[in-house]
Amino acid sequence: MAVMTTAAPVAARGRRDGVRRPRYGDLRTALIFLIPATIGFVTFYLVPAVRGAWFSLTDYSVLAPPRYVGLDNYERLVQDPLFWNAMKVTAYYVVMNIGLQTVLAIAIAVLMQRLTRSALVRGVVLLPYFVANVVVALVWFFMLDVQMGIVNVLLEGVGLDPQAFFGDPALALPTIALINVWRHMGYTALLIFAGLQMIDQQVYEAAELDGAGPLRQFWSVTLPLLRPVLALVLVVTITGSFQIFDTVAVTSGGGPVDATRVIYLYIYDLAFGQLDFGYASALSVVLFLVLLGVALLQLRLTRASESDTN
Amino acid sequence: MTTMTSRSRTRHAVAAAAAAVALGVAGCAGTSPAATDGVVTLTYWMWDANQVPGYQACAADFEAANPGVRINIEQYGWDDYWTQLTARMVAESAPDVFVDHSQQFGKFAELDQILDVSDRVAGSGIDLNQYQDGLVDLWRGQDGGLYGLPKDWDTVGLYYNADMLADAGYTQEELWDLEWNPADGGTFEEFVAHLSVDGNGVRGDEPGFDKDDVEVYGLGYNESGGGYGQVQWASFALSNGWSYSDRNPWPTEFSYDDPALVETIGWYRSLIDKGYMPPLAVATSGVGSQEALGAGAYATLIEGSWNARSISELGGADFQVAPTPVGPSGERGTVFNGLSDAIYAGTPHPDEAWAWVEYLASPDCQLRVADEARVFPAVKAASDRAVSAFKDLGVDADAFSVHVTDGTTTPSPVTDRWAQLQTIMQPTMDSVLSFQSEPDSFGPANRRVNELLDD
Repeated sequence: MAVMTTAAPVAARGRRDGVRRPRYGDLRTALIFLIPATIGFVTFYLVPAVRGAWFSLTDYSVLAPPRYVGLDNYERLVQDPLFWNAMKVTAYYVVMNIGLQTVLAIAIAVLMQRLTRSALVRGVVLLPYFVANVVVALVWFFMLDVQMGIVNVLLEGVGLDPQAFFGDPALALPTIALINVWRHMGYTALLIFAGLQMIDQQVYEAAELDGAGPLRQFWSVTLPLLRPVLALVLVVTITGSFQIFDTVAVTSGGGPVDATRVIYLYIYDLAFGQLDFGYASALSVVLFLVLLGVALLQLRLTRASESDTN
Repeated sequence: MTTMTSRSRTRHAVAAAAAAVALGVAGCAGTSPAATDGVVTLTYWMWDANQVPGYQACAADFEAANPGVRINIEQYGWDDYWTQLTARMVAESAPDVFVDHSQQFGKFAELDQILDVSDRVAGSGIDLNQYQDGLVDLWRGQDGGLYGLPKDWDTVGLYYNADMLADAGYTQEELWDLEWNPADGGTFEEFVAHLSVDGNGVRGDEPGFDKDDVEVYGLGYNESGGGYGQVQWASFALSNGWSYSDRNPWPTEFSYDDPALVETIGWYRSLIDKGYMPPLAVATSGVGSQEALGAGAYATLIEGSWNARSISELGGADFQVAPTPVGPSGERGTVFNGLSDAIYAGTPHPDEAWAWVEYLASPDCQLRVADEARVFPAVKAASDRAVSAFKDLGVDADAFSVHVTDGTTTPSPVTDRWAQLQTIMQPTMDSVLSFQSEPDSFGPANRRVNELLDD
């Protein structure tokens, strides 16, 4: 009620834009719409995150009350070779995964826009994304088996040596990265495709008049105008890529010789395998700060909020 | 149902929760049935689906004798079992009674999650000598308490493809006489060499054997085995006079730096170099070792007695089992492990839970389980019954029980630090078996392991 009665004065001292609706008139409706998401966010993210930050200062086995230990967990973390190895492995994974995935996704998106508007093709491109992560991982795990997998049978068929894709420390992480590229590139391509649709056709016509060929158009028109969408896609996919867990958990399990022990697997093992929730929480807090830093840096570097179109 | 029960105490760090959600498959715990009409319902958890029918029969007999108690058996696969159990303990709704593992019970006992039953055992007058020797001690806590009664035991054996054995000109009886040593591998190495075949049909002990193009490996394995090696190298090391630790249960020092282990692993991995065993990368890449045995990629495989039924039922060839070879000590060796039934400390019905555990550990139930020919029950008489039940199915169970008869078993090391120990020993052993480092790297690793025990 209060909102209704104050609506008129607010509108009256509204900004230069006289026809604008009252500033707070939609507040109540907006709040109602926000409630479900807020409840979920507070219950499943905010409260656990704050509790996690507290647990990172404790020795906590879950089955006994937490005991405050100050910054001990963080001191241990700095000296923990497995933590640094996990961060290195994860970073390596992200670089391979995102690098290849983004290039392929742009290529697919551009091809889709240039060659076809068929909904069927778009659906097929998206298909791997509809299969659950764990299923994708297991299917590839069987296909890449060194002794019985179909991929190695094919390799032998063309005269190559069979490869232990998951057993060779040098191959295991790239293999996992490629599997996830395969699963995610269609979805990423579709996001970029949507970005391409927003680029005004007139820009291309103008470029063509200026004598720019398809490659030049891609470098000088498409990519710069795609930047805000690319920035968003990169922030989302890089954050997601850092959280690699399930593919590793059901295939290599962190081995061989820690070559695929990514940070989430290490955190999971510490918490649920060793019941060391305090230390696992400290790792989670550090990972959170790293991801926050990466996201902010990216947004800054790609100037995501600015657009070249205006 | 959500993927995690959302009681307030289950809220962990955001990452841990996210990890659990990401795991997905771990979810959907059933709800414990509440007591109705004065009837107490006990929830009983186990992980081996193959054993459910046997225990269902025990439960029926138990319910007939105890009209006020009902048993509700729930089964979760091994991969989810311990995560589920921990989550339920946190939520204070763990099953009243659950099947426990010797590598897991230590931490549950230390955290007061399971009951010490020593007083109840004494009060019931249970004869602990009715169980196979060494099994009761697997369940002793650091405080001297008893945290379960033994339900079964397991050893390992050398499974083989009997068709390949016949082709190679070996008889089943000869396998019982095989010996190995770290110097030249003995008759056992000759055996696995002869069973290895390359792409041109040349056997491993014949000139011209191409170790880079092996069609059939004489001996398979699934992974390095970390610091345990139960179904990999432990039978060799234990028959070479090695033991895991200074004492058991609750070791104060492990012995991974012992020369007896170092030379055993040096010989064991030489089989990889000779092409009689697959490289670690091959062994760990893709489907499991039993499938590889079934598909004819391995001629033999060291595996646990708990897989005797599933291996005998592999199609494609006739699969049999022989004991692991005699070592330099003049004896065979095997890890001796087993399971027990533990009572959750938070159960509202400790007396009924004890009655059920007592029945599970009794000859009545264990003889019933023996007839199923899935496992070897802990009660001596029931072990014998299981051996003949296995033989009726064509499985030579003497290959497993010979260790018990001859006293060549080594109880599985009991400590509450297994998970931490493996984070050190798994990469160390992986690295040695993949020839990235030498067996003498066990020295520094062993020091780190012993530092763990000092905490």
